[in-house]
Order: sequence, then structure tokens, then C-alpha cells
Amino acid sequence: MAVTDRVQSPLPDTKQRAFRDKSVKRLAFSQKVSKWDVKLSPYLYISPFFLLFAVTGLFPLLYTAWVSLHSWNLIGGQGEFTALENYEFVLAQPFFWNAVGNTFSIFLLSSIPQVVLAIAIAAVLDANLRARTFWRMGVLVPFVVAPVAVGLIFNNLFADQAGLFNELLTGLGLDPVRWHSDPLASHTAIATMVNFRWTGYNALIFLAAMQAVPRDVYEAATIDGAGRLRQFFSVTVPMLRPTIIFVVITATIGGLQIFDEARVFDQAGLGGADRQWQTLTMYIWELGWGQRNFGRASAVAWLLFLIIVIIALANFLITRRIATQGGRR
Amino acid sequence: MSSIPMIEQTAGRGAARAAQRGLGSRRRGAAGGTMRRPGFLTYGFLTAVLLGSVFPLWWSFLVGSHDSSVISKGVPLVPGGNFLANAAGVLDTIPFWKALGNSLIVSTVTALSVVLFSTLAGFAFAKLRFRGSKGLLVFVIATMAVPTQLGVVPLFIVMSKLGWTGSLWAVIVPGVVTAFGVFWMTQYLRDALPDELIEAVRIDGASMIQAFWHVGLPAARPAAAMLALFTFVATWTNFFWPFIVLDPSNPTLPVALQLLQAAHFVDYSIVLAGAVLSTIPLLLLFAVAGRQLVSGIMQGAVKG
Repeated sequence: MAVTDRVQSPLPDTKQRAFRDKSVKRLAFSQKVSKWDVKLSPYLYISPFFLLFAVTGLFPLLYTAWVSLHSWNLIGGQGEFTALENYEFVLAQPFFWNAVGNTFSIFLLSSIPQVVLAIAIAAVLDANLRARTFWRMGVLVPFVVAPVAVGLIFNNLFADQAGLFNELLTGLGLDPVRWHSDPLASHTAIATMVNFRWTGYNALIFLAAMQAVPRDVYEAATIDGAGRLRQFFSVTVPMLRPTIIFVVITATIGGLQIFDEARVFDQAGLGGADRQWQTLTMYIWELGWGQRNFGRASAVAWLLFLIIVIIALANFLITRRIATQGGRR
Repeated sequence: MSSIPMIEQTAGRGAARAAQRGLGSRRRGAAGGTMRRPGFLTYGFLTAVLLGSVFPLWWSFLVGSHDSSVISKGVPLVPGGNFLANAAGVLDTIPFWKALGNSLIVSTVTALSVVLFSTLAGFAFAKLRFRGSKGLLVFVIATMAVPTQLGVVPLFIVMSKLGWTGSLWAVIVPGVVTAFGVFWMTQYLRDALPDELIEAVRIDGASMIQAFWHVGLPAARPAAAMLALFTFVATWTNFFWPFIVLDPSNPTLPVALQLLQAAHFVDYSIVLAGAVLSTIPLLLLFAVAGRQLVSGIMQGAVKG
């Protein structure tokens, strides 16, 4: 800010006037600078995000649509305008629908058990535990293991021959499962990896939400004679509503783009001999970088984008309804 | 806090008994010293969860510390002495040190730049008045739900036009500021930084950027540290985009790790030794800062 409190200096009259004029001019200039500083700085400070989002987020998404309307090769670049041909081609591919089914199957197998288990773990962590921080840190360990590493480790655990899980099954007198050829079994294995990494993380989110529930609500429920289980379902779960919505939507956006764990579930990385566990993101990769057809890859990317938006919206509506009904009961 | 005798008088004996039971199961905040500790069932369940979350890593170490000929006969339950030999196998198969260095560079640079730019934007959104600030903040939050990963094809086209494919720039630049970071810092600074403090330094003649540097940044330090941690972990474990844009000769750790299995002959002792080696840096980070990660997740949940 400019200097505003200049004291009259003991100078001769004329000299003093000249000095004052100069100082007033300087004052005006610095005030102007300061005004622009106040006005422009906020925009300057937020501009990195918007610039970056425009260049690496918004533009690629819109440009994907443009690419998807052309024949476009990884090496050759842009070809001719083909309208909806890429979409027609992709929608007629059995592998596309196969990937849609796989993605949803893995997504459901991972998100639902994960949310349920995370809430259960959170409820237990919410008890008056000894060594509270130890337990909380314990459930978070998998979060720092990269999905690729998780995938490699579980790929070994789920090995068809002599893998630990199959050894345990045969030990119990059951038949071994063909994790790498049966579609549903492979989806279960991949979902297990996702659950391994994210359940503890989500449990901590739920735990925080549980602790934010005012304790007198529980006291009121106790006075009304509600037992612990009843309290959990009639007080805790409804109070967790916003958190559940948040976790489910995050899980949707992440879960429908699953790639890493499925990619390393076998050596080739294309989702199995019959594409038993090829997800949509893997299909995008196969079209774009395996077959070098950017046009078709972009068409699938846009379709997946639409699917995610629709599912996220549906999720939001459904979760909200379930949660409010829980509250009314 | 409700007292049991009072409940007995007002709501009957049954409710009082329930209240007594209820008292034991709920923590009473800082004041609670009298309540019962949970029983062994609770600890049993938690121990099972804990074992589940640590076991795969332990297994990985078990397999990675034995010779593959031992593994083929069944994995022993004690670690063997072959870990260093297998680690040497990892170093022979993939450019491990290069990948480690790349991961360090990419994660550190990304974490620092996300913190700087997010704090700057958060400072503006939380503390400065400007036209359109509300709408712009809503826009930032909305972009968090946009799966930008799906823009990989054009992003790749852009990167090849720039000649960046294969270089670390292609991985660093798209991540230098995130919507989550901006939102997180905005939320934090709104409460943590008093308006009077900014006004005070402004009256003392500080420019906006000086106010940010001398008042905003110091106030943001706790949240900035957490944001840096999360960004570091997320960047370190990121696979899809680096896998697409980087060459196998100049990879980050996850990209290199995946190459272990893509080799013609897969030796699981070596693959899982590699999985352990690549996880050690983050485990060390977790040992130092795991507590901050936990409280970061929990704070984010309440505010987010």
C-alpha cells in the first residue's frame, strides 16, 4: 500500500510545494498499481489450474470426440472424416460388449463388498480401542502398495496351479478354481485386488464421518431403548448418508476405469485368451496402442465417459433414496 | 452426559440398563475415562483385518526370498536367504535404478508443484474477493468428477506433437495442479487464516504476492504437507498414463515392474522380489508419515 501519512517537512515554501507535487504523483501511481494488484492477483493465482485443466482435461475430452469421428492412425495421424463409422464398428464388436460386461462385473464385485466391509471396519475402529493409531495405520498399509505390485502379488496368490488360494481350497477338500480362465472367477480375483487396496482407506473416511455424528443422538436412541445393532442401522448408517454417496461415486468413477490390476493379471495383458477379464480401459488401450486405431479407441473412450456419467448420476439418486428411507424408518 | 439414575427415573429400568450397556460401547470424547474397553471379539476382528492387509506383502517377501526351485514345491512359511540374489535378478531384467530415480523425480516435482499452485489458488478462493469466485470454485469441484483419464488419446497426440513422448515431462506436466488440491487448500485456508492477518500485512505495505508468501503459505503448512504426501503417493503408484507415454527404457517404477512379468520366462521369485523392492520406498514413507496419512484421510472426509 502507498505511504499515506507524510508529515510536513520543514522546507522552504516553494521547495516544499514541488516536493509535495512529486509525492502526490508517486502516491497516485502506487495506488494504481495496488488497485490492479488487488483486482488481478486472484485471477492470476487461480489461472494455473484453469489453464492446465483446459489443456490436459477439457481439451482432450472434447478432442476425443473429434478424433472419434475420423479414421485416425497412431502413426499416420488424422485421416478422413468418417462420421459415426467408428461408433458403428465398435458397437458391433463382441469384444466391446464383452468389455462392458467385464467392467460392470468387476465393478460390482469390488464396490459393494468394499463399502459394506469398510463400514464394518469403521464401526469397529470407532470403539474405544487401545493403541488406536496403530490399528488405523494398520488398515491403511495396502494404500501405499502400487496397484501394479498388488496385481503381481495377487496374480501369484491366485495362480491356477499351486497358487495359495487353490492350495487352501484343495486342502479343504474342494475343487481348485480356474482363476485365469473362468470369467467370473477372474473378476472375483481382480475385484479382490481392488478391495485389498481401498477398503482400509474408505474405512477411515467412514470412521471420520461416524465420529462427526453428535453423541447425544446415540444417547437419545439409548434412552429410547435401542440396542447396539439397532442403533447402528437406525442412527449410524443414515447419518453416514453423504459419506456413503461420496464413497460410492468415487468408487464408480475409479472402478469403471479399472486397468492396472487387470493388465498384470497375466503375461500378455490383454485380458486373457478369450478376453475374460478385459475391461473397457484395456479395450481402449488395445484399440489405440495395440491396433493403432485412435479413431476407434476414442469412440470407446467417449462411450465409457457417457456410461460413467450416467452410472454416477444413477448412483447418486439411488444412494440418496436408500439412505433417506433408512432415516425415515 | 446423561446419568444412569436419571434415566432410570424418567424412562424406566430397562432403558437404564440399556444406557449402561450403551455407555460402554461409545467413546465419550476427551472426558471419557470411565467407559468400558471393547472385548476380545473386537480385537480379534481387527487383528484379522490387519493380517489381511499385511499378508500379501509378507507373502511377496516369502516368495521373493526363496529360489524358484524351492517355490515350485510349495512356499515355506519362513523367509529364505535368496532375496539378494533375486533382487540382483530384478536389476538384470529391468532398469530398476533408473525407474526409481524417475519415480522420485516425478513424484517430488509433482507434489511440490501441486502444493504451490493449489495453495495459491486456495488462497485466492478462500481469502480474496473477486468477481465470479463462487462460480469458478464450483467449476473446480465439478471437474473432480470428470474422468480425465479418458482423454488419453488426444493427450498422447498432444504429447507427440510436442515431442514429449518418452520423456518425464509428459508425466509431470498434466499433474502439476489438481482440482482436489485446490479444493482442499481452499477449505483449509478459509478457517486457518484470519482475514485480519492479511489486512494487517497489506496495510503495512505488502503486495498481494508478499501477503501470500509471508502469511498465506505459512498458515497453509499443515494442510500443504498432507497434500504433498497424498500427491506423492498417488503419483508414485500411478500406472496407466506413464505406461502409455513412457518407453520401457525410461520408465517409472510401476511401468518397470510390469515389465518383469512381461518377460518371456516368468520367474515369480524375481517378480515378487521386484514387487517388494518397489514398495520399500513407500513403506518407509508410511513408517514416517503414516499418521499424517490417516489424519489427512479423516480430515478430508469431514470437510469433503
